[in-house]
Amino acid sequence: MRYLPLDASEREAMLTRIGVPDIDALFADIPPEYRIEGLLDMPLAMSEMAVERAMTAMARRSVAAGSAPFFLGAGAYRRHIPASVDHLIQRSEFLTSYTPYQPEIAQGTLQVLFEFQTQVAALTGMEVANASMYDGSTACGEAMLMAHRLTRRGKAVLSGGVHPHYAEVAATLAHMADEKITRLPPDVVACEDIAAAIDDETSCVIVQSPDFFGNPRDLSTIAAAAHARGAQVIAVFTDPVALGAVRSPGEMDADIAVGEGQGLGNALNFGGPYLGLFATRMKNVRQMPGRLAGETVDAEGRRSFVLTLSTREQHIRRERATSNICTNSGLCALAFSIHLTLLGERGLRRLAEINHANAVQLADRLSSIRGVEVLNTHFFNEFTVRTPRPSVDLIEALARRGVIGGLPVSRLLPDAGLDDCVIVASTEVNTDDDRAAYAKALSECL
Amino acid sequence: MSQVRYTKDHEYIRIEGAEGVVGISEHAQQQLGDVVFAEAPPVGKMLKAGDPAAVVESVKAASDVFAPASGEVIAVNSEVEATPGLINEDALGRGWLFRIKLSDAAELAKLMNEAAYADYLKTLD
Amino acid sequence: MNKQGRPTRPEDVAAKARATFTGNRALDIEEALIFETGRFDATGVDLDDPAPFQSRLGPHAREGALNLPGLTEPEALRHYVRLSRDNYSIDAGIYPLGSCTMKHNPRLNERIARLPGFADVHPLQPVSTAQGALAVIDALAKALMTMTGMSAVAMPPKAGAHGELCGMMAIKAAIEARGERETRRVVLVPDSAHGTNPATAALIGFSVRPVPAGEDGNVSVEAVKSALAPDVAAIMLTNPNTCGLFERQIAGIAEALHGAGAYFYCDGANFNAIVGKTRPGDLGVDAMHINLHKTFSTPHGGGGPGAGPVALSSRLAPYAPVPFVAREGDELNLVEHAEGTASFGRMSAFHGQMGMFVRALSFILSHGADGLRQASEDAVLSANYVRACLNDVMSAPFGDRPCMHEALFDDRWLKDTGLTTLDFAKAMIDEGYHPMTVYFPLIVHGAMLIEPTESESKAGLDLFIMTLRYLAFAVKAGDRERLLSAPVFAPRRRLDETRAARQPVLRWTRPAPA
Repeated sequence: MRYLPLDASEREAMLTRIGVPDIDALFADIPPEYRIEGLLDMPLAMSEMAVERAMTAMARRSVAAGSAPFFLGAGAYRRHIPASVDHLIQRSEFLTSYTPYQPEIAQGTLQVLFEFQTQVAALTGMEVANASMYDGSTACGEAMLMAHRLTRRGKAVLSGGVHPHYAEVAATLAHMADEKITRLPPDVVACEDIAAAIDDETSCVIVQSPDFFGNPRDLSTIAAAAHARGAQVIAVFTDPVALGAVRSPGEMDADIAVGEGQGLGNALNFGGPYLGLFATRMKNVRQMPGRLAGETVDAEGRRSFVLTLSTREQHIRRERATSNICTNSGLCALAFSIHLTLLGERGLRRLAEINHANAVQLADRLSSIRGVEVLNTHFFNEFTVRTPRPSVDLIEALARRGVIGGLPVSRLLPDAGLDDCVIVASTEVNTDDDRAAYAKALSECL
Repeated sequence: MSQVRYTKDHEYIRIEGAEGVVGISEHAQQQLGDVVFAEAPPVGKMLKAGDPAAVVESVKAASDVFAPASGEVIAVNSEVEATPGLINEDALGRGWLFRIKLSDAAELAKLMNEAAYADYLKTLD
Repeated sequence: MNKQGRPTRPEDVAAKARATFTGNRALDIEEALIFETGRFDATGVDLDDPAPFQSRLGPHAREGALNLPGLTEPEALRHYVRLSRDNYSIDAGIYPLGSCTMKHNPRLNERIARLPGFADVHPLQPVSTAQGALAVIDALAKALMTMTGMSAVAMPPKAGAHGELCGMMAIKAAIEARGERETRRVVLVPDSAHGTNPATAALIGFSVRPVPAGEDGNVSVEAVKSALAPDVAAIMLTNPNTCGLFERQIAGIAEALHGAGAYFYCDGANFNAIVGKTRPGDLGVDAMHINLHKTFSTPHGGGGPGAGPVALSSRLAPYAPVPFVAREGDELNLVEHAEGTASFGRMSAFHGQMGMFVRALSFILSHGADGLRQASEDAVLSANYVRACLNDVMSAPFGDRPCMHEALFDDRWLKDTGLTTLDFAKAMIDEGYHPMTVYFPLIVHGAMLIEPTESESKAGLDLFIMTLRYLAFAVKAGDRERLLSAPVFAPRRRLDETRAARQPVLRWTRPAPA
């Protein structure tokens, strides 16, 4: 077997050195009646070529997003990722290293995390960010629990503009932890009155901007209302590139900003691995979940980086930790950070502008089709359209014409009465030809 | 002259009339290593003996400081919160954590005096 | 109190190496932060001007600067390549972190994960266009069911601790369905457990009741029975345990738990020792997460991502989270909503760590039934070889008892030397090795937990063993300086962790003008 260096004679020599007659002697602690005789009921070892053939055959059974005009977002975005990003994250020293628990031989990872934290703080307009969470939805759930700790209250209010998956994750956690959650109804045009749902038991208000339906939201007034009742404001975003165009959570007085970072540096991957971004105010840092890299010096006084404030974490505080998280999304954070470094301020703003421009042009094209209505007044790169045809059916029909036309809202919100709505996204990868193809296919399907 | 009493969890309480000053013992500070964070309870909080009252942390450990006796927190050492290393430098002096107004002086009888605590330490490890 | 005695402040150690003008030491190059070298107008991505358009951002447009520096492509390449060279990696040498299973990461798996049919598929595409992705999830789940002997596998969890959360939420849902949610609120956790176990239990409102391990490092049926009561929901037990030992009484423990109406959560962090040797389902386990980034070699990436699918017994399978894959004729479908099922709901967006599933499935296919068993045997053989070859110079808390895939030592052999486990670990760095896991498990004083995995050659193991013996002899010969000053050859000397925690600097800020 190509991955196993020991050969039969070496195994024999090692058993002799250990002083046991055979390998089974080392498994003697497993009660005999529970040992597997023979092999598991699975195929035998395969060569690299054979595995590649089998896996490639499976891969061919899916439609790659890049092979079709593609307008689906809703929390995961198809982007052009510079070639150097994927090259760098495959460096052995990044790809095959562990969590940097021995900082003297892990400064590469640690400095990357310090830079990543600074980038996320700048992007969100917050003071401090952690070294990443699993994804946006779990970051959102963790933010809710952090707000409970900060306020010593146990009731969260969720805007109806929060991504349904994020809302469901928060609801699951709240149910399991015996805490309350108020989910406002789906809010397609951002007209809900969140302030009215806040009371003196409310620990936090969770609001997404741009929201699930594509509407950027003004969090400032919500923040004022929440803060007046002693509640925290958790700002959620699902595309980091949006923050190159719209006001940041920090500018709008959010206390915690969480979001999905996949949209920079990371491929779609059918939903994972992604990376959760998590940022807050420095005064809250001891209640923050997740790892933090901090600056210090070594014995020779050289600037160095190290994991710090670890007493928050499960390996020290156990049942009183701020979270149970251990493994995070380090390599995805590296990809995010490299992509953002390549873009820089100028590149990110330009990228955001192109995303927005493409979405505006798409909205203009689609809304000129009879029966198609764009519901958003304002949007960044994603908006909601209403058509005369049930949207699940419509999206299937578009797929048969080779166009991935967006998300039928009813797939994630089956009971919301939004069966005629589709959420459409556009990024820099979409061309004018793609938009023309979409408009043509849509006209034919209606 | 003030008296100092100790708990098995290595807190001390220095009795000053009807009040007590609470911190961690010299032994505790040595065991903990460099203290990097200290958090005292809010002034006004009513504590029962044995309640978790304050927190002290080193880089690799977090320890609760339990109230050695019952009473109301009447002062906290903001200096030690800002400069937690004072606990290492002077645990029984400038490294104190909080001051309580004792509600039941009889509780103090259950605590160890200096000599008893020294004997107790010898039994450890 | 912390009795681990880990120094975190650099000692006054050996003299500095000869200074260079740059601060560099040949290939070891000091690299500035991007915030010091980048420019706001520099970019490594060329983007065309957008066609004219009318903004629809309204009052929401961001006005202020972001203060994000950029680098051109060659500058960025240098930055990250230089940083990478400050890292140890499994590709460069043995990475013997106990309980972390740092094994070889086959590059075939990286290539396959990047096939457009896996990497470039959106999680919310029509399922008719994502059949290959669903087939991977289905095939991996089936393989994991075969290996564990359990009824179902929940695929959404994103890492081991997330898998623990999944399993414990399924247990809570099952208890709720029995009408015992309010009464069963305690989870038994051995002292030797990973910190994630008690943290997970507490996260969803359970309180933790400790269970002691016996002198032999095992949890006994008696210890579990005496902790069992009508308020107990479950135990969280690692097997093989964190001391590297198989829990000999595990079947009896399972029986006792089930008899008392409680569930058995098994932390599967150490599954690498027993794949193809025994099946957790046969032992009575109700839920067990599988760290794909350990046993099935998906790269650890400097801290993640991981993946933590959870195998479930038939008693817990109905409560598995959404989404899950269901077969409908020749087609695979996704069940995405909990309504109308017993599922406890959703625990993350989308469908789990697809990129990791592809790598893990590729690893499993490469090994096959024969290779998987051989890998477990080699991992256990290598750990025992290390144990046997070091037993006379270091001290093993459980004597000559064979271990599973990791060998545990304590610090009794360092007693009265003034040296600690940490010093020994740092000396290993100077010898070119990543240290083992230190100070875990907590129940063993000054623990050193060595997990060589199946990926090491005998020659590599022999050199590793000889090196540790050499260092142990240095200790015995009184060469304290070698350990106390270590590391001296790494990119950094020991770090001042106290300073990092007392005055946290967690992001770069522009220095005030002089």
